[in-house]
Amino acid sequence: MTVLDRRPGLRVGLLLTPPMLWLGVAYLGALAALLIASLWTQNDFTGHIERSWTLENFKTLFTVDVYRTITLRTIGIAALVTVVDALLAFPIALYMAKVASPRMQRILVISVLTPLWASYLVKAYAWRGMLSADGPIAWIAAPFGLHTPGYGLPGVIITLAYLWLPYMILPVYAGLERLPDSLFEASADLGAGAWTTLRRVVVPMAFPAIVAGSIFTFSLSMGDYIAVKIVGGTSQLLGNVVYDNQGAANNLPFAAAVATVPIVVMLAYLAAVRRTGALENL
Amino acid sequence: MRRIGSTRLAAVACASVLALAASACGTSSGDGDGGGAKAGEKQGGFTAPDVPMAEAIGDPEGQVSILAWPGYAEDGSTDKSIDWVTPFEKESGCQANVKYFATSDEAVQLMKTGEYDVVSASGDATLRLIAGGDVAPVNTDLLTNYGDIADFLKDQQFNSVGGQMYGVPHGWGANLLMYTKDVVSPAPTSWGAVFDGASEYAGKVTAYDSPIYIADAALYLMKTQPDLGIKDPYALDEDQLAAAVDLLKAQKANVSEYWSDYLKEVAAFKSGDSVIGTTWQVIASTIGDSVEAVLPEEGSTGWSDTWMISSKAPNPNCGYLWMDYITSPKAQAAVAEYFGEAPANVKACDLTSEGFCDTYHVTDADYAAQIHYWTTPIEQCLDGRTDVTCTDYGQWTTAWTEIKG
Repeated sequence: MTVLDRRPGLRVGLLLTPPMLWLGVAYLGALAALLIASLWTQNDFTGHIERSWTLENFKTLFTVDVYRTITLRTIGIAALVTVVDALLAFPIALYMAKVASPRMQRILVISVLTPLWASYLVKAYAWRGMLSADGPIAWIAAPFGLHTPGYGLPGVIITLAYLWLPYMILPVYAGLERLPDSLFEASADLGAGAWTTLRRVVVPMAFPAIVAGSIFTFSLSMGDYIAVKIVGGTSQLLGNVVYDNQGAANNLPFAAAVATVPIVVMLAYLAAVRRTGALENL
Repeated sequence: MRRIGSTRLAAVACASVLALAASACGTSSGDGDGGGAKAGEKQGGFTAPDVPMAEAIGDPEGQVSILAWPGYAEDGSTDKSIDWVTPFEKESGCQANVKYFATSDEAVQLMKTGEYDVVSASGDATLRLIAGGDVAPVNTDLLTNYGDIADFLKDQQFNSVGGQMYGVPHGWGANLLMYTKDVVSPAPTSWGAVFDGASEYAGKVTAYDSPIYIADAALYLMKTQPDLGIKDPYALDEDQLAAAVDLLKAQKANVSEYWSDYLKEVAAFKSGDSVIGTTWQVIASTIGDSVEAVLPEEGSTGWSDTWMISSKAPNPNCGYLWMDYITSPKAQAAVAEYFGEAPANVKACDLTSEGFCDTYHVTDADYAAQIHYWTTPIEQCLDGRTDVTCTDYGQWTTAWTEIKG
């Protein structure tokens, strides 16, 4: 111990070595292995990976139309889910942070967290039941001459928005909670109504928190394939292409190449939101 | 990517053939017509590498490594009452180590390690295992139950080469056409109900989610558009594949969803989200009386699994004992009822529950003859054509992604 007491550098070094090893070897190492695998190719007959360098996988990815369509569809779905979640989360988070009593606040936080305790699959299958031709939505819509959206992209957006909503509410709630009440009073003293205060004070100050939440909802939607399999009907997203190539065709190199697309999109997104201060809100 | 793959495929196929390289890579002995002809007559340029065959079963090694589809080698760990592995262990003195695989591709890769003795390979994996020299020819004289296996399952193009069996048939089933009786009328008798006539049930049609489903479209085209010249739904040249892809793209507009998990299809038919589509008998039986599953007039695709033994088997004697045991009437009855398929051993029918074997058409050779069993599409046309190159499974996978869009 005396050695460690005298040498703070060594102390910090020992403390940080295990997590850094985890981050460097297991976490980023796996990602690096993936990127390397995307530069290999597969022997269709034996199913073996051929370890010779080639850009063929990326060429296929860029030249075959269907992959561009799927990429754009995936980004569009992720963006829509994020917008839906932001619109739903903001009023809830605002009420939790600024209106509710401390007791109510605790109850609300727990209710927001409760769905996270249930399995992802249970929730996705619950929506399969909701959207079904003999499900509750069809039953409620029938008197108005409407139908359930059924299985397809609308179902995917609804299900994903449901699944990721807590990941949006909690950062926005945390962000709004940090807003001093004096700001609201100052805004009122200067003659602003509730609507103006909301628009010109609260939303701009909560924006980094919303963006922080959007990083979760956007990236989780980009990588999802299970909800799509359950409620997506015939449609497919990038995750399904990865799954099908790895799981069915055993083509790890091509699956790895497809998997780099969400990584690149997320890096671009993170670079774009860095300046909003969202990363400090994570 | 695929071009390279195809070239390598040919190279691998040629290299793996030792004795008959010239005939394997150049000529054909095919007369190619229909399904069910003797192997060797119609396998295009396909010849097996020279792997020695066991002459006798020696002393058991005390253990055996089994690679199986889930449900094929139950030892009571899933359900106490579902156990046919423990009796085998007691009987043979071979401790069974079972590993399950999820896809045929996974089975092929695991067999290459040489760590497993036997595998329950489906028709879309068998040719690759044979060609790669990963499995040995099977001496059927050593298997006491082989004589009771239904004849129509033997010497098929996916489990034998040149009349030499590469395993012992385990079980089979057809991909049937299922429909909800209340909704779909008149009762369909043709796959046309899910292809050309699919728009009648738009948004309620379902289909199997796998590249191998392309063969279902090819089978339909084989009967309805003879001009395309499709002789075998697993041997499609580029034009024929394109025609099948077009048919499936048109079908997609009417499809509610594709299924690969059979419970998903059960739920979809029960809730009315799907009313017509491809199915397995076990699914129709699970759903009950509201649906009907038929073998359409065009015939159908299907699967036939084969127990094969590794060419590098560490425990070949126990491997043979397992292959013999799992094809015994008692084990066959147990697996068939648990899994929901027709047992290969017809004597199993004495031990299954009332009506089971009729439902699954176990002894019905005419029925089985209408099934085109899953086979890996490879570059050498399986129907014996040599003037064209056929599309391989990799191209089918790409095509399937495009169909789903």
